Amino acid sequence: MINAVYRLVAPGMIDIACTEPDLKTSVILRPEYLSICKADQRYYLGNRSREALKEKLPMALIHECVARVVFDPTGHFKKGELVVPVPNTPTEDDDIIAENYRRSSHFCSSGYDGFLRDYIDISYDRLVRVPEGLDLRIASFTELISVAVHAVSRFERFSHSRKDSIGVWGDGNVGFITALILRALYPYSKLYIFGTVYEKLGYFSFADGTFHVDHIPEDLTIDHGFECVGGEASRFAIAQIIDMINPEGSIGLMGVSESFIGINTRMVLEKGLRLFGSSRSGVADFERTMQILKDNPQIAEYLENIIGSVVEIRSIPDIHSAFSQDISRNFGKTVLKWMK
Amino acid sequence: MIFAAVFAGGVGSRMGNSDTPKQYLELGSKPIIIHTIEKFFINEKIDEIIVLCPKPWVAHTRSLVAKFIPEGKKISVIQGGDSRNGTLENAIKFIEENYETDEDTVIVTHDAVRPFLTHRMIDENVDAALKYGACDTVIPATDTIVESENGSIISCIPDRKKMYQGQTPQSFRLKELERVLASLTEEEKAILTDACKIFSIKNKDVYMVNGEVFNIKITYPYDLKVAQTLLKGKDDND
Repeated sequence: MINAVYRLVAPGMIDIACTEPDLKTSVILRPEYLSICKADQRYYLGNRSREALKEKLPMALIHECVARVVFDPTGHFKKGELVVPVPNTPTEDDDIIAENYRRSSHFCSSGYDGFLRDYIDISYDRLVRVPEGLDLRIASFTELISVAVHAVSRFERFSHSRKDSIGVWGDGNVGFITALILRALYPYSKLYIFGTVYEKLGYFSFADGTFHVDHIPEDLTIDHGFECVGGEASRFAIAQIIDMINPEGSIGLMGVSESFIGINTRMVLEKGLRLFGSSRSGVADFERTMQILKDNPQIAEYLENIIGSVVEIRSIPDIHSAFSQDISRNFGKTVLKWMK
Repeated sequence: MIFAAVFAGGVGSRMGNSDTPKQYLELGSKPIIIHTIEKFFINEKIDEIIVLCPKPWVAHTRSLVAKFIPEGKKISVIQGGDSRNGTLENAIKFIEENYETDEDTVIVTHDAVRPFLTHRMIDENVDAALKYGACDTVIPATDTIVESENGSIISCIPDRKKMYQGQTPQSFRLKELERVLASLTEEEKAILTDACKIFSIKNKDVYMVNGEVFNIKITYPYDLKVAQTLLKGKDDND
């Protein structure tokens, strides 16, 4: 079968290409809703190094999606079932290293075609069923939620048991979702949010306190912290976390930066801190995400508020329009309803 | 029921050096006709598929379907007619002889040599046929269309904004199509080779579904090269 794939060929330029999915081995999905991630936007705007753009383009963007099964030659899924495709594809087994950290794994919309295509052809073991009743617009960014769930799972693994107070730096989508997951899993911990935009901090109504990073009470401390800032500003966020954190605390680093970020190692040593990186997610994280969403229906209610807009996609100009709307948004997700 | 009728009636007389009908030429790893059938095979709105091809190619086409298409949807390969209308009539006859039909039965007709049709185009064809009775897939004309009565002097240049290029699928409510075809004289049948044109001449509305520029008809060697180029981009996961 010939499949139409919508690839970014250069920043701001999307063109059609065709591929040949194999109907005898792959599960064939039809995208229902997709969601734009900051990483997609960086490619779209050309905010990556010239080398990275040259190496990775042309490439279909978008790795957040909910889709419907149209054909499964393996018999694992019924026609019409709603699933979320996992964009990470491991190419080798490893009992120690998680699939999303293996250097050999492939990731959709980072060197490999993302989900901006008429049909998604994918292996059955890269699919996770959508719980009944979950809003498909929210399901479209399951991948982003799973990244937060993955980070919190690693936090459970690395951090000590005293979790009286947890701080989240970053008032964007990643900070919001990570804070929501922490709220659900640690209902008795004090949850504090640190950001720079009062309006956005106002959305974190479920937290115990929200603070502008320039106006933090001097006596406030935290047992553990999450950095969800990214970019150059992550340097200041990490410095602030190290200042405020209690000894032997853990710091989850989640923000992506294109440049080197300096860290106050003296205080890391003095306090005996643990800094751990967290990036992307794997099938197990997607499955845990679905379970958490099922067990905590209030999360979906909060997540509904971060759907910034839903853009119907019938043509390539509609895709440009979605990216354009997303650029001008300082909070929330741009969701694409796939009607192409 | 919704039927897809894939017309593979052409013998490929326009295709350069190849004696093989163009729908059987390889595109990527499979014959063009298989790519086309697969699009209808995985579309859930399509209940069954009928492939109409020249008599000498029926057995070959059945073998290709068995080789390339997985189990899951009934695909019947039958003989087409001498003309496009003849092929259409054979499709209708086959449906009437083998199935219960009613006013909601739809036939989606498509050229085997247009393998680039999309999911949306099939969906919108089915919806439009059910709603309006008949539809044609079109794209806005990009070139100025020039009309000439005698082939040497321009008789008129229509307003390009009102011009569209016809593609396929063309889709119809089966019963309505039968009634319109039955109203044609033998003379009209010989001249009118396009089912949508027949509807139009009989003052029946034909709804326009948006096609795609890349939904090309592989007619000339040049078209095959374009099709191969479309497939030659960076492959998935390479």
